[in-house]
Amino acid sequence: MNDDAQLRDLVPAVIGVLVRRGADFSSAEDAVQEALIRALQVWPEDPPRDPKGWLVTAAWHKFVDAARSETARQRRELIVDAEPAGGAVPAADDTLRLYFLCAHPTLPSAAAVALTLRAVGGLTTRQIAQACLVPEATMAQRIVRAKRRIEGLPLDQPGDLTTVLRVLYLVFNEGYGGDIDLAAEAIRLVRQLTALTDDDPEVAGLLALMLLHHARRDSRTGPGGRLIALAEQDRARWDSALIAEGVAILQTALARDRLGEYQAQAAIAALHADASQAAETDWVQIVEWYDELLALTDSPVVRLNRAVAVGQADGAHAGLKALAEVAPDVPRHAAVAAYLHERAGDLAQAADLYAQASHAATNVPERDYLARQAARVRQGVQP
Amino acid sequence: MKYLILKHYQGGPTPAVDYPPMDQWTPEEVDAHMEFMHDFGSRLEETGEFVDVQGLSPAGAFIRYGGQGRPPITDGPFAETKDVIAGWYIIDVDSWDRAVELAGELSAVPGPGGEPLYEWLEVRPFMGAEAPKTAE
Repeated sequence: MNDDAQLRDLVPAVIGVLVRRGADFSSAEDAVQEALIRALQVWPEDPPRDPKGWLVTAAWHKFVDAARSETARQRRELIVDAEPAGGAVPAADDTLRLYFLCAHPTLPSAAAVALTLRAVGGLTTRQIAQACLVPEATMAQRIVRAKRRIEGLPLDQPGDLTTVLRVLYLVFNEGYGGDIDLAAEAIRLVRQLTALTDDDPEVAGLLALMLLHHARRDSRTGPGGRLIALAEQDRARWDSALIAEGVAILQTALARDRLGEYQAQAAIAALHADASQAAETDWVQIVEWYDELLALTDSPVVRLNRAVAVGQADGAHAGLKALAEVAPDVPRHAAVAAYLHERAGDLAQAADLYAQASHAATNVPERDYLARQAARVRQGVQP
Repeated sequence: MKYLILKHYQGGPTPAVDYPPMDQWTPEEVDAHMEFMHDFGSRLEETGEFVDVQGLSPAGAFIRYGGQGRPPITDGPFAETKDVIAGWYIIDVDSWDRAVELAGELSAVPGPGGEPLYEWLEVRPFMGAEAPKTAE
């Protein structure tokens, strides 16, 4: 697994070498994917002394073979015959450009996720398909179409960091199938991106956010995959090393005084992580961070989560007052309303709202969690 | 986002068009129908939105636990039951709107005289199997 990650680390740089030798992005990426699959077969038995050199040579041969068998043979062979050595462009820039290209704003998000995992993450089509629970042929086709869509886009222009971060955030929250832990993969890619962007504060903020959430992964589910709410989690099972790293990265980012939404979200996650018991949570500061986040995004989801924090900081009635400013069609509105009504002592209404929230849930663990909450509160209501 | 496009033999809203069962169509009409379905599936594969397609036989039965130490209880088959599921597509698309667009296309599958059947298809979103990690 670790070796695999080291192999995957090389993939964007090798694509970069092929592109600088004159290959177009799409063919280069295909060739590297084929070389990667070969490496996964051969390396366990016969590890190369120079892994990157091995990959470059193998991928270049694949590219040349493919170019020869293409109908546009003549045009391509001109490039192949020239076979220039690697240019003066540093490999780090190549990798950064691949991030931008694979998360290009013209791509639908599912396509951007797939292409990023393949060209930047160095995963095979099969691994990506398994993680996203679709047939391999479907994933292959999705990648082909994504590449067609970005065909001809220049590789040498700065891209949109916001969309890159959004795609990596999606990867973090995506899928569960197969052997690949996409949350860990997202962390690896954001970690690499922080180095490539000179520790951009928002990239660092996203990394901190992911680390802080990842630190709680073992305590988030109970027997049978049952969801355990933050307040009920066994905090002794939180990964203190990941938390310490996340907090340190966040502090460095905040010190650069260019606040953004990921830093603000990470700050909230850090305040939760900082409390050794749920009752010690600094809700007043959390509300302040939600205010910062609102100023940055004006998102109804943030407004909804802020109502929960206000309920904790200033009491359930203040929380309900804050909730009154949130449109009722925001996802999880009923769940938050249920929670605040329960805390306000209005158990009958809370139970009804939990049941309503359970019907509106869009994933199985949340649906079951909310149904269980409804049952629990109703038991308290009935004699 | 994954969606189930469910095709029913019967049940659902009142049919928009009345048409005889397939065994009363001409062979050419049946061929055109099948070809349309096949092409629809191929297009989904090409767009990278295909997950699964299955047809179900109307045969089968209802089964339930029979109690400790007893065999399961079988009931049915119910040939005349109100609602029989004929089969499904599972698609993985970017939005609900795209799912609706695709179901609309599939519903235009030709029947007698090569005319669209305008058949009702049920479209249902899949529930996620995992809660988003950043939602807590």
